[in-house]
Amino acid sequence: MRNSTLFFYCLSAEVLVLGLLLVHASVREGAAQDSLNEKSALVKRLGLTDLCLFTEARYTRHLSQADLNTPFQDHPLSLEHFPSGSFTQPPTGVTQSR
Amino acid sequence: MNAWIEKQRYIIDFTISSLLRRKVKNLGLLALYTLIVFILASTMFFTYSIKKEASLILKGSPEIVVQKILAGRHDLFPVGYIDTIKQIRGVVGVESRLWGYYYDSLVGANYTLLTPPKTAAGESHAKTASVEGEAGDADSAASSKPLLELNGAKLEPGTLIIGNGIARLRKLTRDDYMPFRAFDGTIMNLRIAGTLSSQSELVSSDLMLITEDDFRKLFGIDTQHVTDVIVTVKNPSEVATVAAKIKKRLIDSRPIIRDEILRTYDSIFNWRGGMMIVVFSAAVLAFVIFAWDKASGLSAGERREIGILKAVGWETSDVILMKFWEGAIVSLSAFFGGVILAYVHVFFTGSLVFEPALKGWSSLYPNFDLTPFINAEQLTTLFFLTVVPYTVATIVPIWRAATIDPDSAMRHTGE
Repeated sequence: MRNSTLFFYCLSAEVLVLGLLLVHASVREGAAQDSLNEKSALVKRLGLTDLCLFTEARYTRHLSQADLNTPFQDHPLSLEHFPSGSFTQPPTGVTQSR
Repeated sequence: MNAWIEKQRYIIDFTISSLLRRKVKNLGLLALYTLIVFILASTMFFTYSIKKEASLILKGSPEIVVQKILAGRHDLFPVGYIDTIKQIRGVVGVESRLWGYYYDSLVGANYTLLTPPKTAAGESHAKTASVEGEAGDADSAASSKPLLELNGAKLEPGTLIIGNGIARLRKLTRDDYMPFRAFDGTIMNLRIAGTLSSQSELVSSDLMLITEDDFRKLFGIDTQHVTDVIVTVKNPSEVATVAAKIKKRLIDSRPIIRDEILRTYDSIFNWRGGMMIVVFSAAVLAFVIFAWDKASGLSAGERREIGILKAVGWETSDVILMKFWEGAIVSLSAFFGGVILAYVHVFFTGSLVFEPALKGWSSLYPNFDLTPFINAEQLTTLFFLTVVPYTVATIVPIWRAATIDPDSAMRHTGE
């Protein structure tokens, strides 16, 4: 088999797999509506404010409710040391030049 | 047309043979390139999907949450403040919330204990001060259904409804007892009345729903204090104004509006944020080195090959075409391979590579499958970030080399 034929077969296979994955994404998105609605209803009923992503510290569990002095919360020289802190950005006021 | 296609095929045949002559180098190049696309695509798929999911789930979060701040820290909210908030024009409801954390030393996990609001559970006695009924909210009927009768579980004094993550971690089932050490050292044994559904783990994995009386008994909080309050505003466009008025009347308060909550989740997984910038800059740096290596010149072997091709009659345009196909073969293979692997990684394996960083030091981590929110914009962005720069970087030095005299190209083999 010619190299070019082999290359186009491989490329077509990759495009086909990607196409199937996009179809999968579309199907999953449709199927997930019930689950999303259930989560949204729970949030509304219980008055929840945050996703349960990082349970390691109170300010990472409820990121939107955390104190503004979060990184130094335990004592004045206590620097942020939880791994999930590396995902978050500093508050806008800290990064803006005054 | 057929002749043109056939010419391209012959050039591709030759290009692939040429690539295979330097098998180790080119396969290494392909693997590294695929890895870069994989990291970028995984980051992009993960961040976009979680941001989209967060925005859909949290659209039902409270319009305004008001905390009391003491010495810059979140403090218990005096019930007396509720009347002050009620008097602000535009406020239709003020509801107190009781919630807190409990550290379980047995498994080293933090739980979130929450007393369901009165609208969620008829039997709960959380202090509520409604100025007037919520009007015009289509979801209000659904949200006032007694949630806590889910699967027959009913929250009563002495019972708990727990999140699925806690049930899994502590291997608890319905009617099991869970001991808690109260603020005064006494032991409280609470019965598990039910478990929240596994579908909702992304928001409820570490949740424990508890009655108000039990909550106050456990943490020693008197009836004159709550954790914070939720304010409902009649006109959504007045939320920011009401929040500003609350701040003005209650100087030591901190109102947090829903937009800020949504913005928090938008910025956490932003491209510019923390870990993502590290991942992104490492990938970009590797790619720049890649492109620089290509752009800075050809190896002696490659120059000799071009010289020979020109000597046997290849046009400059043919050489450039060959190198175009070389770039396209490598970058298209890497692009599709990287994107497919990234999709499988994020949506089939639950982001295996990101998992250790996401879990951090948590003992309790939610099991959740991200909904794949993929659109053409993401794929186009990835394509232009990876394939186009590489292909261009390959062609530019070739154009320089292809225009030189074949004799000198073949002679300068020692470079």
